[in-house]
Amino acid sequence: MNRINQKLQENKKLLSIYFTAGFPKINDTVSIIENLEKSGVDFIEIGLPFSDPLADGPTIQASSTKALDNGMTSEVLFNQLKDIRKTVKIPLIIMGYFNPMMQFGIENFCKKCAEIGIDGLIIPDLPLDVYNDNYKAVFVKYGLINVFLITPQTSLERIQFIDKISDGFIYMVSSASVTGSQNAFGKTQDDYFKRIADLNLKSPQIVGFGISNAETFKQATKYAKGAIIGSAFVKYLDENGTANINKFVSGIID
Amino acid sequence: MSYFVDKKGYYGEFGGAFIPEMLYPNVKELEDNYLKIMQEPSFQEEFQNLLKEYVGRPTPLYFAKRLSEKYQTKIYLKREDLCHTGAHKINNTIGQILVAKRLGKTRVIAETGAGQHGVATATVCALMGIECVVYMGEIDIARQAPNVARMKMLGAKVVPALSGSKTLKDATNEAIRDWINNPVNTHYIIGSVVGPHPYPDMVARFQSVISEEIKKQLKVHENKENPDYVIACVGGGSNAAGAFYHYLDEENVNLIAVEAAGLGIHSGESAATSILGKEGVIHGSKTLLMQSEDGQITEPYSISAGLDYPGIGPLHAHLYRSKRAEFISITDAEAMEAGLELCKLEGIIPAIESAHALAVFNMKKFKESDVVVLNLSGRGDKDLDTYVKYFKL
Repeated sequence: MNRINQKLQENKKLLSIYFTAGFPKINDTVSIIENLEKSGVDFIEIGLPFSDPLADGPTIQASSTKALDNGMTSEVLFNQLKDIRKTVKIPLIIMGYFNPMMQFGIENFCKKCAEIGIDGLIIPDLPLDVYNDNYKAVFVKYGLINVFLITPQTSLERIQFIDKISDGFIYMVSSASVTGSQNAFGKTQDDYFKRIADLNLKSPQIVGFGISNAETFKQATKYAKGAIIGSAFVKYLDENGTANINKFVSGIID
Repeated sequence: MSYFVDKKGYYGEFGGAFIPEMLYPNVKELEDNYLKIMQEPSFQEEFQNLLKEYVGRPTPLYFAKRLSEKYQTKIYLKREDLCHTGAHKINNTIGQILVAKRLGKTRVIAETGAGQHGVATATVCALMGIECVVYMGEIDIARQAPNVARMKMLGAKVVPALSGSKTLKDATNEAIRDWINNPVNTHYIIGSVVGPHPYPDMVARFQSVISEEIKKQLKVHENKENPDYVIACVGGGSNAAGAFYHYLDEENVNLIAVEAAGLGIHSGESAATSILGKEGVIHGSKTLLMQSEDGQITEPYSISAGLDYPGIGPLHAHLYRSKRAEFISITDAEAMEAGLELCKLEGIIPAIESAHALAVFNMKKFKESDVVVLNLSGRGDKDLDTYVKYFKL
């Protein structure tokens, strides 16, 4: 069974952390992952930087620009991760935009992921139908889970379709926004989280966008299986470097 | 082979809608409605009326006698430079503002590079009393001050794009992000035949008035609807899409798309996307784009701010790949000389974008009997500063 599915069966609320590979320094990737695992994080999204990340806010865009300036590429990332499974057991997901993967070659990219022990991919700008028609077979061949997003605007019919074709979890975008733009959740989000929970979908939901601290993590996981923190952690790395990652994590889950 | 968009939003292998789920409802709403709206009689009446009374259409198809004598062929200029606001861009913004109104949108956003599309959008928003926000790269804001002032006078808010390379592609990213953040009340007026389906098709249809008029006007001048050649410059490709549109299936009409070679195709400072680009995804569309080996989008260069976009519209990628259109690249120097030549021979100061198309006459020999229509997409007032500096006037 895929590590993601195993993790989803654990009887707890899951915390996932996103970071941009190659930021703050090009060779921080492995130590960030190892420290996140040691700090008790349940799974990790490794951001493959892109020049034009249009679903991301200023924090992640700036970290991506810096990472690219530092020399991060798909090839470099795969090299850094080649022995990661000797030390790290939790699920690892690569999150990136479609164009760099397309240039690497989708089959090649998936093959590399499988060799390293990557469990899934999140590709925000790869549409459902294009995935189903052209790439699903390759993902399946290499045992990779493709994670789909829903938003407060996604229609019921589409949510049910996404639930049907999802193998792992559904990435539930908390509000109509790019990453990193919320400070607190209000009634609108709570209603939305509950509305989705009441659908009793087969795929667990993990909430992302707008989670930055213990309070928002708790709100987001009141109904959902877990939550993802991205921009807040990237900001923390920017301000504090990689030395005290456990401090950030223990501020979310004690 | 079809040169028009198919049911799934593709031109051959190019196009589609490679958008994050957050944009899906916005784009789907537009896709489900744009053709219906455009076919409504009330829409057509309002659109045609505004094109006539407000934009000043039809624009003349002018026989350029002295230019024709010099190049020993029959050259007609389609005078889009005479449109209100100085370029063809307003054909599209008039159309899209009417679509936005019918979709019940109360706020409009746009991206702009040189500022022409921003001005055309701010203009129609003023006309309709709709809130307007224009994203513009911080670097472009500094080098296109008069157009920034125009947009402000017209009541638009100009927001600097501070991310990435701080130019057109980043302004486009920021506009897309704004649309993600405001999915319900906002319409995004894209300025070229780029972006996710249905934008390339919708913009091409609004610009197709150009070739619709050429057909009628050429019939009067030459007693035939079809010229031997149509020439237009391509950045994203909206004026070319409009000038080619009604000739796409007329295989006896040769189409020439002119790209900006900047300082030279292989100088590292170029915007010749068809030659330097590879297949990829930019701003929601699969097309040819300039990128690094690793798939990072690179910053193009041209002296003309309207041509330095790192991609081309998917229609043009298809015309290139299928060889339906001939693609020619023109350097800064060739374009500037051709622009000045038109001033001297015909008393018309062209936009530097259009000057790239004019430079084709020095690159390619036409027959004396050939009828060549060149789409003069914009006027050069906005480029005076560049002309002055370049020729030390």
